Amino acid sequence: MKLEIRDVSKIFRSKTGTLTALDSINLDVREGEFVCLLGPSGCGKSTLLNIIAGLDKPTRGEVRVDGKIVTRTGPDRVMIFQSAALFPWLNVFDNVKFGLNMIGVPKPERQIIARKYLRMVHLAEFEQASVHELSGGMQQRVALARALATDPAVLLMDEPFGALDAQTRDLLHDELQTIWSATRKTILFVTHNVREAVVLGDRVVVFSARPGRIKQIFTIDLPRPRQIESYAVVDCAREIMAVLKDDVLASARDADARLLQTLEAQMVGDDVL
Amino acid sequence: MITHISQNTLTHKLIFFATLIAIWQIAASSGLWAEYIFPSPLSVAQTLARGFQNGTFVVGIATSLRRLLIGFGISVVIGIVSGLALGRVKLLDETFGALVLGLQTLPSICWLPLALLWFGLGEMAILFVVVMGALLAITTATEAGVKNTPPLYLRAARNLGARGWKLYALVIFPAALPEIITGMKLGWSFAWRSLMAAELLYVSLGLGHLLMMGRELNDMSQVVAVMLVIIAIGLLVDRLIFAPIETRVRARWGLTG
Repeated sequence: MKLEIRDVSKIFRSKTGTLTALDSINLDVREGEFVCLLGPSGCGKSTLLNIIAGLDKPTRGEVRVDGKIVTRTGPDRVMIFQSAALFPWLNVFDNVKFGLNMIGVPKPERQIIARKYLRMVHLAEFEQASVHELSGGMQQRVALARALATDPAVLLMDEPFGALDAQTRDLLHDELQTIWSATRKTILFVTHNVREAVVLGDRVVVFSARPGRIKQIFTIDLPRPRQIESYAVVDCAREIMAVLKDDVLASARDADARLLQTLEAQMVGDDVL
Repeated sequence: MITHISQNTLTHKLIFFATLIAIWQIAASSGLWAEYIFPSPLSVAQTLARGFQNGTFVVGIATSLRRLLIGFGISVVIGIVSGLALGRVKLLDETFGALVLGLQTLPSICWLPLALLWFGLGEMAILFVVVMGALLAITTATEAGVKNTPPLYLRAARNLGARGWKLYALVIFPAALPEIITGMKLGWSFAWRSLMAAELLYVSLGLGHLLMMGRELNDMSQVVAVMLVIIAIGLLVDRLIFAPIETRVRARWGLTG
């Protein structure tokens, strides 16, 4: 079992009270599986990702990757955020090499590995480009290359295509599916877009809001590669949306959901410098 | 620079300054004021030419710039290191940070009497005033830059395994660079001002000294000539060094439109 989430709960305490973001989450993810976490805004799915990445600690429970308990951040669980978070003072090439630099890979190897992944995301010619010269979609592809370069055990993706236009998103869906088939990485993908979850995931885990609990898990048996406009995908999505509907309505009016989103975005990690 | 200024703007500026100088010359030639109160542009130009030819202006510029560069260099190093420390270590921020805040309100020339008593009538005193001029501005700007590090960069960096000094050097410091450069620009102008004031107040070569000498010799055209040189240096450094660097960094960091 690549990733084991055991009885994870997260409670935020503040002056105004307590906020239960997650309540007893149990989930097993096999190696090479593509699991989508689906739920309305503020249901705690990003909190769960933060905990797996080591950016936050659970109030109860534990997460194990390859059998080892997660305590802090590390290049074995790399996260891709909604905003690419590329470092603007580095060019594309240096950005992709950043993680490799951190784990101490020697210089010549760094270049070979970085080039390989840049080629995989079809951005080989943009090695020397500055970050501000790239479009949103291109930046996310570089972020993907940067994440894959360190050969992480698990790839955590937190609504990575949320800020992109629909056409770029569809292109990136195809690209991601291709890359996943080639690398067979274990991926945890957070989204609130039901069809996206059905297109990408082997399994779709539906969360309920306040407190965040796993409501239902769907296994998507459709053949790959999947297209977002195909009937099979739409049918599947409809079934899932029915389960999701009440929670979406509830969370739209929920101040707690908004508070949770703010808290999730502020998580920078507990490491002491 | 021509590429950034349209032909129209340049023409406007040239006409304006040419007219200004013409009016100045007419007013001076009119005899309404004595030469030692209101020099003509012609005599200022002559003084400038003479000053460069016999080397006095060159020595003055070289001396002032030398002091400024050394002092500024020292304050950049101390300022950045202090700013980094204050930005990340809460205890230091609460204690030394408050000290920095208080000292900042002191106009840097006020350090001169202290410096003269500590270091005597020498180069060290002037250097001290220059350093104090720029130091606090750079420290404050660096501290702000560090504190305002976008959390997203910290998350991404830590996620990729960056910790300790690597996080500082490779992420926090570069992320703060735009603010540090703005602080350096500000620090430079404070240092320049306090240098001129120090050179005016006590005799020791340099441009400020030349300025004072003009007054003592009742040579008004010398005074105006030195003022022009001081303005020219200020403009050159600001427009040719700081402004382009600041613009390029801000563009690359994605901070402009």
